[in-house]
Amino acid sequence: MSQASFQEISASDFFYRNRDIAGFTNPSRAIFAAIRELVENSLDAAESLKISPDIYVRLSSEGKESKDAQVYRLRVEDNGSGIQPRFIPSAFGQVLYGSKYKLKQMRGTFGLGGKMAVLYGQIMTHKPATIISSTGQAKIYSFKLMIDIQRNRPIIMDRKVFINKEKWRGTIVEFYIEGDYLRAMPKILEYFKQTAMVNPYANLTFVDPKGRLYRFNRVTTEMPEPPKETLPHPYGVDVELLQRLIYVTKQKNLLEFLKNHFHRVGDITAKKFLEFSGLSPSKRPKKLSHEEIVILVQNLKKFKEFRPPDASCLSPLGQDLLKAGIMKELKPEYIVVNQRKPSTYAGHPFIIEMGIAYGGEIPRRNSFQIYRFANKIPLLYDEASDVSYKVINAINWRRYKVSPDMPIAIVVHICSTKVPYKTVGKEFISDRPEVRREVANALREISRKIQHFMSKREHVNRERKRISIFAKYLPRIAEFSTSLAGKEKRPDIKKLIASVRKYGKEE
Amino acid sequence: MAKKNKSKITKKKTEIMGSLKKLGTQIYDQLDSGVFPTISMPSRSTENINYDPNLRQYILGEKTVTRSARNIRHVKPFTQLAWAALFSNELTFHRKTSTLRDVYYSAQAYNMTFKNQQESNNIITDLETATGHSREDFHIFPEERSAVFGDLTIGYTVPGYEGKTLNLSSHPDGVLIGPALTSSEFVKTSANKVIAIEKGGLFTRFIEEKVHSKHNSILVLTAGQAPRQTRYFLRRLHDELKIPVYIFTDGDPWGMHIAMVIISGSANAAHLRNLNTPDAKWSGVWASDIVKYKLPSDPLDEVDIKRLHELQRDPRYQGDPLWRKEIKTFLKIKRKAEQEAFSRYGLTYIVDEYLPTKLKQTS
Ligand SMILES: Nc1ncnc2c1ncn2[C@@H]1O[C@H](COP(=O)(O)OP(=O)(O)OP(=O)(O)O)[C@@H](O)[C@H]1O
Ligand SMILES: [Mg+2]
Repeated sequence: MSQASFQEISASDFFYRNRDIAGFTNPSRAIFAAIRELVENSLDAAESLKISPDIYVRLSSEGKESKDAQVYRLRVEDNGSGIQPRFIPSAFGQVLYGSKYKLKQMRGTFGLGGKMAVLYGQIMTHKPATIISSTGQAKIYSFKLMIDIQRNRPIIMDRKVFINKEKWRGTIVEFYIEGDYLRAMPKILEYFKQTAMVNPYANLTFVDPKGRLYRFNRVTTEMPEPPKETLPHPYGVDVELLQRLIYVTKQKNLLEFLKNHFHRVGDITAKKFLEFSGLSPSKRPKKLSHEEIVILVQNLKKFKEFRPPDASCLSPLGQDLLKAGIMKELKPEYIVVNQRKPSTYAGHPFIIEMGIAYGGEIPRRNSFQIYRFANKIPLLYDEASDVSYKVINAINWRRYKVSPDMPIAIVVHICSTKVPYKTVGKEFISDRPEVRREVANALREISRKIQHFMSKREHVNRERKRISIFAKYLPRIAEFSTSLAGKEKRPDIKKLIASVRKYGKEE
Repeated sequence: MAKKNKSKITKKKTEIMGSLKKLGTQIYDQLDSGVFPTISMPSRSTENINYDPNLRQYILGEKTVTRSARNIRHVKPFTQLAWAALFSNELTFHRKTSTLRDVYYSAQAYNMTFKNQQESNNIITDLETATGHSREDFHIFPEERSAVFGDLTIGYTVPGYEGKTLNLSSHPDGVLIGPALTSSEFVKTSANKVIAIEKGGLFTRFIEEKVHSKHNSILVLTAGQAPRQTRYFLRRLHDELKIPVYIFTDGDPWGMHIAMVIISGSANAAHLRNLNTPDAKWSGVWASDIVKYKLPSDPLDEVDIKRLHELQRDPRYQGDPLWRKEIKTFLKIKRKAEQEAFSRYGLTYIVDEYLPTKLKQTS
């Protein structure tokens, strides 16, 4: 038997080898994933400053590489925060490097997306990526970068500085990527449409390799309140996190430690908790033994009196914006939306927002059109694995006067500091009881309203039909009876027809 | 006699147009006084159809229904009824005839639509019920055509033919029983009986074999279940010429019931009178004839047997014991025979042997 040989690989190397887990599965999927990652970074960058996003995406053909793969140049421009020059190389050239490892709702979470796009482009085309950015200050910085995959470090090929005369603020990312646009096209266009739906305050422009222009215009300049960074909630803490907090803390006793490092833990709660878990308030956190840390974590989960997390770390769309977004992209006849109160799973706060839209330009199919979103990102793959799909299909729709062959779209949006994705690819929400319950509650709420709408509509239709029947036949009866009776003048039946309208019910 | 007829006919016309006008005026007046018009008529629902043993036919009971133009479900049929009344009025006035099929299509010219033939037929039945006149009075006839042959001279009353006569033995295929015939006057006959025959084949055979002269009879082809005008015609032959009516049908429950409807009428026409001939006789083919004459026969089907059980419970079959006896025989022998079955004894057997025997037996 030969000796096993050991080797260490870097994070970039890992994701290079396993790029499919980040959604870069094949050339058509990769081109979609690249656009998506960059657009989401841009939206984050604009929203963090509460700026109405203006995003321009251009994919241009750079010639054929092989039979079914072409080389494209992808350029994404935004009017977001921009990046300080000293962070640019790592932000785009070092896997698992980012500014979003914080407890607040953001599209980005892993510090991976942008790099995966650049990395995929690089391994296919061996060309550097160009990043141009300014925070709106005096200068604009431009970098040409590649990633040293083995060492997970950016390689700066070129760096330029320009005077920012126009006080431009934003970021431009441009690189080369191999892919199959024609196959990816439907998903890409769907992605833009759905992104526009859940970001109704954004202008999105896409120019495709054929030169076709797709524009999604904002319908509002209202924006959701940006999320505030929060502390970890006691219920969501594990041994590792607690050890990290102990490592960084400057607090000298447990009471202060709890008050300063945990979400919504005040003096009274902290004291009660310490009594509950039999730990002394004056104990120095850094003196806790390993066993004590384990006990602390266990009690943090057991103690019932912690206040639930507040939702200031979340930034849901809100009912008005959700409505505006659905209206703008689906143009239905009727919409009803519902936002649930904040809830938590495993110490992570989340909010479910849902909407049902009926009629108008929504096409009839033989199933509901489900639109899924998480932190304002459309989820386009693996619909059937998503918890909301299961909840929607478990409902007895007939009770709500709704059937799948009706032109109905259902929109689900989950916001959380930690979206319970099943995979790194951010494609579908896993089935957790707390999440399932909230989705079901929201759905019940809007279903009731759609039922009400359906009944009313049915009633109005019936009423309209009823009146039209009388309006059609009574004059004929007058006409025939006048002839038959041998009279000259037709009887006046206006009042009779009007009376049908007046009494709501038929005899 | 012709003059008297003429006045009788104009009187009838005036009476019919009068009742249609009355209906129209009633609707008009209600509308004019600002109320939703209603029309009441005897109910034709099954619980209101009773068999009257004295009249020996089905009649409608006391229950009435009211159609109101206020009711969303009534307003359309109400309108159709008003139209049908107007249309009938025009037909009667111009002395034009029409068929049920015509009614259905004519409606479209007035921008009135019927969903189907059945719907328009129902409205005509409503009109009959509401006015108490049969559709033939309104000059509306069904499509089915039956025929008559024999020595009977008729005098036409239809416009353009007044004063003309026709002997019903003048055309060897028989003469169609249509509106012109049913509205004609009977002038002269040498016949002393009427023989009604279910099937065209046998009707032709009887004419060829000169049954009309051998048996002094008027032959009537019912062509299956006798149309209403044919039943009305048979009644007139019986009542006005005062001669008996004999009916020959297939030897099966369906044939038997054809005879029964001629004799006792149908539930569908319970709102009308004079469509049945209570004194007519069913002369064959009986179940017992199948045995007696050793007729070639076929086994009864399941539907035949089911039908026999139904007929057993039918009030019309409770009068003359003949019916129940024959039903029992059918059920016992479980066989049926068509009129054509007689051919096994040669073409003339039925005319020379069977017919005289049966006529004698049933007179
Ligand atoms: N258009 C941009 N404007 C401003 N900052 C950006 C932009 N794109 C990327 N960044 C910065 O670069 C970092 C890395 O981006 P990247 O997409 O790799 O990871 P992420 O967005 O943090 O997480 P995720 O892997 O979920 O996308 C971000 O955290 C952000 O700070
Ligand atoms: Mg990102």
